[in-house]
Amino acid sequence: MEDTLKIEDIIKPENLVYKKTSVLTDVPMHYCYGCSHGVVHKLVAEVIEEMGIQEDTVGVSPVGCAVLAYNYLDIDWMQAAHGRAPAVATGYKRVNPEKYVFTYQGDGDLAAIGTAETMHAVNRGENIVIIFINNAIYGMTGGQMAPTTMLGQQTATSPYGRDIDLNGYPLKITELLAQLPGAAYVTRQSVHTPGNVRKCKKAIRKAFENSAKNIGTSFVEVVSTCNSGWKQTPVEANEWMEENMFPFYPLGDLKDGEREKPDAYLVQKLKK
Amino acid sequence: MKEEIIIAGFGGQGVLSMGKILAYSGIMQDQEVSWFPSYGPEMRGGTANVSVILSDERISSPVLNSFDTAIILNQQSLDKFEESVKPGGTLIFDPNGIVKEPSRTDINIYKIEATRLAAEQGQPKIFNMIVLGAFLKAKPIVKIENVKRGLEKSLPERHHHMIPMNIEALELGEKELVTVR
Amino acid sequence: MGDIRLMKGNEVIAEAAIRCGCDGYYGYPITPQSEIMETLMLRRPWEETGMVVLQAESEVASANMLFGGASAGKKVMTSSSSPGISLMAEGISYIAGAELPALFVNVQRGGPGLGTIQPSQADYFQATKGGGHGDYKLIVLAPSSVQEMNDFVDLGFELAFKYRNPAMILTDGVIGQMMEKVELSEFKPRLTNQQVEETQGNWAATGKKKNRERHILTSLELQSEKQELHNQKLQAKYKQMEEEDVRFELINCDDAEYILVAFGVSARISQKAVEILREKGIKAGLLRPITLYPFPTKQIQKLIPQAKGFLSVEMNAGQMIEDIKLAVNGKLPVEHFGRMGGIIATPAEIVEAVESKLIGG
Repeated sequence: MEDTLKIEDIIKPENLVYKKTSVLTDVPMHYCYGCSHGVVHKLVAEVIEEMGIQEDTVGVSPVGCAVLAYNYLDIDWMQAAHGRAPAVATGYKRVNPEKYVFTYQGDGDLAAIGTAETMHAVNRGENIVIIFINNAIYGMTGGQMAPTTMLGQQTATSPYGRDIDLNGYPLKITELLAQLPGAAYVTRQSVHTPGNVRKCKKAIRKAFENSAKNIGTSFVEVVSTCNSGWKQTPVEANEWMEENMFPFYPLGDLKDGEREKPDAYLVQKLKK
Repeated sequence: MKEEIIIAGFGGQGVLSMGKILAYSGIMQDQEVSWFPSYGPEMRGGTANVSVILSDERISSPVLNSFDTAIILNQQSLDKFEESVKPGGTLIFDPNGIVKEPSRTDINIYKIEATRLAAEQGQPKIFNMIVLGAFLKAKPIVKIENVKRGLEKSLPERHHHMIPMNIEALELGEKELVTVR
Repeated sequence: MGDIRLMKGNEVIAEAAIRCGCDGYYGYPITPQSEIMETLMLRRPWEETGMVVLQAESEVASANMLFGGASAGKKVMTSSSSPGISLMAEGISYIAGAELPALFVNVQRGGPGLGTIQPSQADYFQATKGGGHGDYKLIVLAPSSVQEMNDFVDLGFELAFKYRNPAMILTDGVIGQMMEKVELSEFKPRLTNQQVEETQGNWAATGKKKNRERHILTSLELQSEKQELHNQKLQAKYKQMEEEDVRFELINCDDAEYILVAFGVSARISQKAVEILREKGIKAGLLRPITLYPFPTKQIQKLIPQAKGFLSVEMNAGQMIEDIKLAVNGKLPVEHFGRMGGIIATPAEIVEAVESKLIGG
C-alpha cells in the first residue's frame, strides 16, 4: 500500500481551491439555512482580507437579524441603535478619517426607522460604505411588513398582502439615494447564483476602495431572500425573488463615479 | 461697591452692547460683573433689555427684580421698569418717543436727549455711547479710561479706529445730562 | 493672570471644548443654546486643533454620532435643550449601556412638550434618574456661573473617561445666555491617535490588532445571566461615583438652621435670599449640589443635627426635593419652592417661602 495517497500529500498550497478567509471567525452563524446574510458576510470578510485592511476597518452592526454580525467578522465593531448606523459611522469616521468604516443594515433598519440618518449621511457624502440587505421583510422580529415589502406580499402585519391604501408603496430607497449628490457609488446586487456572488463581491470591493479616496458615500444594496420569513424553501425563495423582486428592484449600478462637484451648487457669497 | 442696572429699549438701539461695554469696563477695574439679557423672539424688533451688575464682591443672583439704576430708552420699558427702581435709586431716560414721563418722586430722575444728539452728529450708531456717558455722569462707577480699555478688549482690531469717536460720544453724554429731579 | 474675558455661558462651553482637546462636536440647533455650535463654527477649530464640528440632521443623529466618536476612544460632545435631550435619550441609553465616555450639555428650557424657550430646571428627573430606558445613571454637573461652564467641560470629560460613562452638564437658559467674567482654561492639545491607543486602547474600537481580541462596543446581551452581570457592573460603577465624586458647595452653613438647597441659577438667587435672611437675623445657609448625580446625600445628613428644616429651591414643580427627602428620611421638614414656565424666582419670593413654609410652618 505504498502508493496510497496520504492526506498530507493532498493538502498542499498548489492544491488549494478554497480557503475560508481568516477575517471570518469560527463562530457558527445564527442565520437560517438559505439566508443571504452568511454569503454577504463572507464577501465583506474576503474583501477586508484581500485589501489587507483588517486592522483599519470598523463595522457598525444594525438592529435586525445582523445585529450579531460582530460575532462573525474578526474586526472591531460598534453596535448601533435601530436605524442609526449611518450616524454612528459618521461620528466615528469624522474623528478617525483614516479608518475604513462600514454599516451593515437591513431594510427596516435602513429604509424605515433610519431613513433620515441614511439620506443625510449619503447627502453629506460621508466616506463610508453602506451594505444594505433588502429582503422585503422584518426577519428578526418574526416576519412583519418592511418598507420594501412588495405589493400583495403577505407578512405578519400584512396578512392579506400589502395594500396601497393601507400600507403605501414599496420604497425604492436605493433609487432615491442615487439622486443624492453626495453618493459616489450606488449599486444593487444579489447573491443567489455563483455569478451574482462574484459580481456582488466586486461591488463591495469597489465600495471599500472608494471610501479611502474621499469621493463620497458608497452604497451596495443586496436583494436578498428570507425564506423563513417568506415561509418558503430556500430554492422557492430564490425563485420568488427572481420573479417578484428583480422586476421591481432591478440589479445593476445606479451611480458609479464620485460625489458631485460643487460648481452647480455654488451661490454667490453674500456680501456683508 | 455694587451697582445693579437695567438697560431697556427697542431691539437695535444697542441696549445689549451698551451693557456689554459697561460690564467689560467693570472687568478692567477688577470687578465682578454679570450681564443677563432678555432673549428669544422678544428680541426680534421688539423690546430688549439687559441686567448688568458690577460689584467688588462675588455676585449672587444675576437675575433681579429691583435695580439701583434703570436706563430707559422707550415708553414700554418705562412702563415696565419705573416701579422696579429701588427707593433712592436712579432713572435715566431719553425723552424721544416718551409720552408719559416718569412720575416717581422717591428716586433721582435724569434725562438725556441721546436720539436728538446722535442725529445732530449724523452718527446714529453713537446713540448708546451718549446714553452710557450720561449714566456715568450720574453714577461715576467706572472711569472713562476703563471704558476705553474695555472697548479695546471687546472690539476686534479692525474696529479700533472707531474708539475715539465713541469716547467723544461718552463725553457728549456726560455734558448733556439734564437733572429732572 | 490667565485669559480673562466677558463671555456668554454658551460661548464659553464652545471655547472650553476647543481648549480642553475635544475631538468632535455633533449638534443640532435649538434655543436657548444655539450659540454653542455657532461659536464653534465661527472659531473653525478644525484649522486650529483638528477638532471636528458637524451639524447633524437631528438630535437623534447627534447622540448616535457621539456613540461612533466615543467608540473610537475620542473626546466627543454635543449640546441641546430640553426637547432635544428627549430625542437624544435613545443614544444616551445606548452609550451608557456600551460604557462609552461622552459629554452632553443640556441648556434647559421649560416644558413639557415644546414648552417655552425661557429658562427652567424641569429636566432634573430626566438627567439624574436616567431619561432613557434601562437602569443607568449619568454623571450630572450643575454649573451656577459662567466660570463653571468653562471648568465643567474639562471636568465632565475627565469624569466621563474615568468611569467610561456619559456625563451631562445640566444648565439652563440663564447661565447659557448670561455673560460674566471668565478665566478661560489653558489650551490642552488633543490626544494623537497613538496616545488614544495607549490610554484607551484596551477597550476602544481603534482597529483590531493581531495581538488582541476584537473590541465590540455594544449594549446588547442576549443571555439574561450575562446581562445581569453587566447591570451589576454598571451599578458598582455608580456606587463608586457616589463614594468618590460627590461635589457640592456650602455657603453660610456653619451655624445655619434653615438650609436652602439649590443648584444652577437657583443657587445664585438663593444665595441672595440667604444674604437677605441673614440681614434679618435668620440663620440661613445654602447647600449647592454641584454633582446632581451623584447627589450629596451624606452632606445633607451631616446638616440634620443643626438644622430646623430644608427648603428645596428649583425652577420646577419639585424634583430635587425627592432626593433631599430621601436623605433627610423624615427627620426634619423638607419644603419646596419653585417657579415654572420660564419664570425666574426672585430672592424676595424665596425669603418669603423660608419664612412661611419653614419658620412659620
